Amino acid sequence: MRLTCTVNGKVETVDDVWPGESLLYVLRERMGLPGAKNACEQGECGSCSVHLDGILVCACLVAAGQVEGAEIKTVEGLAGAKDLHPVQQAYLDAGAVQCGFCTPGLIVATVDLLEKNADPSDSEIREALAGNLCRCTGYSKILDAVRLAAVRLEGAGVE
Amino acid sequence: MSNSTLPTKQRDHVEAPVLGGLGESVARPDGTLKVTGDFAYSSDLWADGMLWASTLRSPHPHARIKSINIAPALKINGVSAVLTHDDVPGSKLYGLEIVDQPVLAFDTIRFHGEAIAIVAADHPETAKRAAQAIVVEYEILEPVVDADYAISGNAPVIHDGGNITRHVPIIFGPQNLKADVVVKGEYEVGMQDQAPLGPESGLAIPADDGGIDLYLSTQWLHVDRGQLATVLGLPPEKVRLTLAGVGGAFGAREDMSMQAHIALLAMRTGKPVKIVYSREESFFGHVHRHPAKLRYEHGVTKEGKLVYVKANIVLDGGAYASSSPAVCANAACFAVGPYEVESATIDAYVAYTNNPPCGAMRGFGAVQTGFAYESQMDKIAETLGMDPIELRLKNAMVRDSLMPTGQPVDSAAPVAEILEKLRAMPLPPLTATTDGFDVIELPGGASNVTHGEGVRRGIGYAVGIKNIGFSEGFDDYSTAKVRLQIINGEPVVEVHTAAAEVGQGLVTLKGQIARTELGVQRVVVHVSDTQVGSAGSTSASRQSYVTGGAVMTACKAVRDEVLLYAMEKLGHLHPHLLHFRANYKMVNGEIRDGEGQLVSSLADLVKDRVFECTREYRHRPTTPIDPITGQGLPHAQFAFAGHRAVVDVDIETGMVKVIEMASVQDVGKALNPQAVEGQIEGGTAQGLGLAILEEIQVVNGKVKNPSFTDYLIPTVLDMPPVRSIILEYADEHAPYGLRGVGEAPTISSTPAVVSAIRQATGLALTRVPVRPEHITSTL
Ligand code: FES
Ligand code: FES
Repeated sequence: MRLTCTVNGKVETVDDVWPGESLLYVLRERMGLPGAKNACEQGECGSCSVHLDGILVCACLVAAGQVEGAEIKTVEGLAGAKDLHPVQQAYLDAGAVQCGFCTPGLIVATVDLLEKNADPSDSEIREALAGNLCRCTGYSKILDAVRLAAVRLEGAGVE
Repeated sequence: MSNSTLPTKQRDHVEAPVLGGLGESVARPDGTLKVTGDFAYSSDLWADGMLWASTLRSPHPHARIKSINIAPALKINGVSAVLTHDDVPGSKLYGLEIVDQPVLAFDTIRFHGEAIAIVAADHPETAKRAAQAIVVEYEILEPVVDADYAISGNAPVIHDGGNITRHVPIIFGPQNLKADVVVKGEYEVGMQDQAPLGPESGLAIPADDGGIDLYLSTQWLHVDRGQLATVLGLPPEKVRLTLAGVGGAFGAREDMSMQAHIALLAMRTGKPVKIVYSREESFFGHVHRHPAKLRYEHGVTKEGKLVYVKANIVLDGGAYASSSPAVCANAACFAVGPYEVESATIDAYVAYTNNPPCGAMRGFGAVQTGFAYESQMDKIAETLGMDPIELRLKNAMVRDSLMPTGQPVDSAAPVAEILEKLRAMPLPPLTATTDGFDVIELPGGASNVTHGEGVRRGIGYAVGIKNIGFSEGFDDYSTAKVRLQIINGEPVVEVHTAAAEVGQGLVTLKGQIARTELGVQRVVVHVSDTQVGSAGSTSASRQSYVTGGAVMTACKAVRDEVLLYAMEKLGHLHPHLLHFRANYKMVNGEIRDGEGQLVSSLADLVKDRVFECTREYRHRPTTPIDPITGQGLPHAQFAFAGHRAVVDVDIETGMVKVIEMASVQDVGKALNPQAVEGQIEGGTAQGLGLAILEEIQVVNGKVKNPSFTDYLIPTVLDMPPVRSIILEYADEHAPYGLRGVGEAPTISSTPAVVSAIRQATGLALTRVPVRPEHITSTL
């Protein structure tokens, strides 16, 4: 089947998509956007998190057929031409990146959280990121990164 | 290099210059790529005309293969090749220490999930369906699933030579001593999985010279290459490996998984072949942490001084040897823990069974014994009515204490300080159990199972010891190539090793070392590949030490060559260069003499010359241990860490909530403090996982939970804040005084959590992971 959707502001059309393919597969293998990761493909790890029409989803659980005409935003669409997104920068500065396999999903989930809640408490951060597994960091520095990003975004007046 | 082109997305170096020298919390040079999604992991690569591979695995733990019919798979549209053991041109077996594992099974299946056939097709789904279409006729056999039974002499033999893969006895000090008090205990550790987030994956590209190029995730490129060369029947130089982005490892990538499979398919089809394991296949495709039964007897004086330790340890190695022999030696050597004892009698066995193969995982044999000896220390303290910290302090190792192998710990051993610092750290407040509490903060969290009535607080302590580097006389070395040249008027250093960056931050450290040693701003880190000599494995907490040492040595060699050249060119102006070369420094892109006077800028001196040195580095030699007494000098370095765990346990539901983990670790010298903290926090989390969450459930040889739905690793809700104190007692034997960091925190974390649960519940808790039913059923 043919699939057309908007990814990071660009209209993308791909052909020969099997109806059984996931959005994650289409992004990674057909659109050349492997930023969303594939740690489980069962909806358990959050490494594939993307925004689908403004809603945070696990791309591995969304069938390709469901995204016809949809607007998708992936980790690749976050940084500006010159600067990283403040959440990306905060992950780097806090030392929240080790192997980095969980990082794209966590960054997308953090952006989602801070858009909804500019000043989350620690429990709210934990609740929001509970679906994102990280095997390397023990999460301490991920929490630091989220707090740091929240402070910087507030300071910059971005809500 | 062969003439095949780099796969799409694969980089040949990290471009970002590393800023900051040793001792600073320098940012990762690959960090920007990782946060933007542009870092290419081994699962993110493509090549033109690429095929996808899939594996057929056995549903039975023990069976005889009567026939394999691949015809139905070959008939499927889009399938290019279906291979079985018949298609392996070289050795049909591989293995890290003992060559016993089939690349593809023949005759006998020895574990659930063993690979039987592989398929290459134009789409991953086609490949998967084709693999399922292969018809295998099995004669099902009774599996041997109990390690004690396996080595009893009564069990069917799994490999010629018997079911004892290795037995390591240690006889230390006078034997058969008597003691005032005897404390016995039996402990059990479940099978833990490394569960790195990045699945096993790689891309194999056949080359025009008849060789092959592989881009993949691994922990040791050269040992993969050696094994691949024998399997493929190629000379090693025709098997070229390049490290792609690695999504964590923790021991899971020490053995080969998909490497030979994609290489065979690429060579057969003449096309690039990619594989990415699903999470389920990942659970079947790599080795796990050995489950263990540990039977202990401690003899102690009334005052709490250890007199003797007797331990009988049986590790279940599963169907193939992997690194079992070395794990077994570690379990034996570290069976007493970081304590002094007059007499030790230890027998550690590792058994072949029909369970999933077990091998390397962070902590490597020292985790299993760590749980047992620390549980014993708690039990002794309780028996004597002593404070558990006081008991540990009374027996704590110090510098020059003897290991049960007779080896002196000839470097800092701040065990007592670790315990005292842990005790002195402020405790977190009690979780409010009346009005105003947040239910998320209580055991059970959002499932809202308690209002705090049955919640009990517990505090537990544990300390651990682990070796750094390969042991028992292994020639443990790494290689680094360092090149200095002037690019656009600026000195640039390129560092090239074969060491696997798996997330730990070695890529950062290599740059820090080069910057500090050669006084330049810009360092480019070449991708790790087999175009340079072996770096050894990214395991045993050894890379900072050994590859760090190699980079340091190669940098010093480059500096020496630059100074010799300066002598040649400028000696007439700087006569001291001749005799006092060692006093000269390279800083900020300049050469300065002992008094700080400028000799020359590097740019002016070096011009278009290239200075390049390749050096190997070895840690000090170790020796084998005696096969009868276990005596010797098997280890190069020791690391010590301790934890205090604070838990809330709901004794009604059995739910455990870890409130805080505090950790103290001696790292010798923190070369990148932020990265060191990251290792401590991550290791603590994996230890917590083993304490209360993580176990591969194997029932009669069959794996029941190969998914993240059923195999639970800690989430951010399970993992409390980690408070850590880093001690820096330089090890005089190691580069920069550093001490390997990665594994030690994994060892004491588990027993500290269990100790805290014991304190909260009064239960003995002799098995990890502790499950809610262990708490509720006994209360
Ligand atoms: S890959 Fe989608 S949740 Fe894990
Ligand atoms: S950094 Fe490796 S999984 Fe999170």
